[in-house]
Amino acid sequence: MDRQALRDTVIAKLTAIAPEVDGDQLVPDLPLREQVDLDSMDWLNFLIGLHEKLAIEIPEADYAQLRTLDNLLDYLAARLP
Amino acid sequence: MIEFMLPSLGSDMEEGKLLEWNIAPGDAVRRGQVVAVVDTSKAAVDVESWLEGTVFELLVEPGETVPVGTALATFLEAGETPETAQRHRTPEKAQPAVAVSTPSSPPVAPSPPAVAPGAIGRHPSSPAARRRAGELGIDIDTLVGTGPDGAVTLQDVERTGLPAAPAAAVDKHAEMRKAIGAAMSRSKREIPHYYLSESVPMRKTLDWLTAANAQRGISDRLLAAVLQLKAVALALKEYPNLNGMFVAGAFRPSPAIHVGVAISLRQGGLIAPAIHDVTDKTVEQLMRDLTDLVARARAGSLRSSEMSAPTVTVTNLGDQGVEAVYGVIYPPQVALVGFGKIATRPWVEDGAVVAMPAVTASLAADHRVSDGHYGALFLAAVRERLHQPEQL
Repeated sequence: MDRQALRDTVIAKLTAIAPEVDGDQLVPDLPLREQVDLDSMDWLNFLIGLHEKLAIEIPEADYAQLRTLDNLLDYLAARLP
Repeated sequence: MIEFMLPSLGSDMEEGKLLEWNIAPGDAVRRGQVVAVVDTSKAAVDVESWLEGTVFELLVEPGETVPVGTALATFLEAGETPETAQRHRTPEKAQPAVAVSTPSSPPVAPSPPAVAPGAIGRHPSSPAARRRAGELGIDIDTLVGTGPDGAVTLQDVERTGLPAAPAAAVDKHAEMRKAIGAAMSRSKREIPHYYLSESVPMRKTLDWLTAANAQRGISDRLLAAVLQLKAVALALKEYPNLNGMFVAGAFRPSPAIHVGVAISLRQGGLIAPAIHDVTDKTVEQLMRDLTDLVARARAGSLRSSEMSAPTVTVTNLGDQGVEAVYGVIYPPQVALVGFGKIATRPWVEDGAVVAMPAVTASLAADHRVSDGHYGALFLAAVRERLHQPEQL
């Protein structure tokens, strides 16, 4: 999966939780949860969606590494099967 | 013969629009069965019947908007037959009787003054048609009626006033705003609130949660909000004067603890459906219930028992970053518990200042039922429960 495809997957899972989000408007190096109104339940459901799609375990201890969209894409890309 | 009435699905509901029937005359209805879908200003709600019987007549048509307490259908009781049962009077004349199970329903909007129907407009028209015309902003006198004696029917209005979809969405938003405004105005008018808050150190709770979640797959992880819900419910068991409803001038404590969870909707607005019997559920079960409830609330698909049941409400605005929330009680309940953000704060422990994750728990409670001293003991009990997360 190339980075663009991975990005598309992430945006699809994000808009499933937050339908009002426009993926093209997201700033890749600003904190994601400041750009998108995600409470802790939304955030967990977003990560569960990614886990189901990509089969990547995301331990809670790693949440701190997932601040921005770029961070998240780097993290997932490094763990793709 | 028994009447199945439109239940109050929350104190901010004055009327509901029947969207569809799931039953037909002759069907057997059992307790808890979803018999109809009713649109309130907040959501399309699956309405359950708490009566048992056989459907005799459906009195309200899909598309009609009627006040809370209106008879929607009649059921035959065991032993009755259609022959022994009397046909219901014309549904248009049915007065909104107050449902026995919902004595808490707010006063129904006053009906039009007692003048002869003919005097209201040039054409006769059904109440449903007048209401719908009002909603759509249509002058009913401009319509040509196709009903008996040229009466303007609901269908006549609908045909004329088919609103465009975006306009309907705007209406929905405005309706919800109005419903929340009405319920909160009633709360501030009728309920003498008092407010308390308490800082709760959360290190033990979060350490336990982190360790528990490290053992779990992502789909089974718990949120701190679930521990807070359970802690509140267990503390309420010790402080029953904060759990129940204030109805007809008296407090009725509730033996069951059904916690309403305030859920903000993405398109704006707020809804607070209940998780039932919170004290009897494990935190894992509560997590599944909460996940399901949030998803269905946002999809606009809730059950009537969730809307009318809450005996107390919990609101958690911490995720939005505020330090504390002082809530407005949702009548006829008598208390609302709020949680702010769990944040690291300077904390004095054993004579030294340490960095401590802490949360501000708040209580808004009804002074007709309890006093500040009682509320303070309750908040202390919540804090103690959160300090023993393994027992939640």
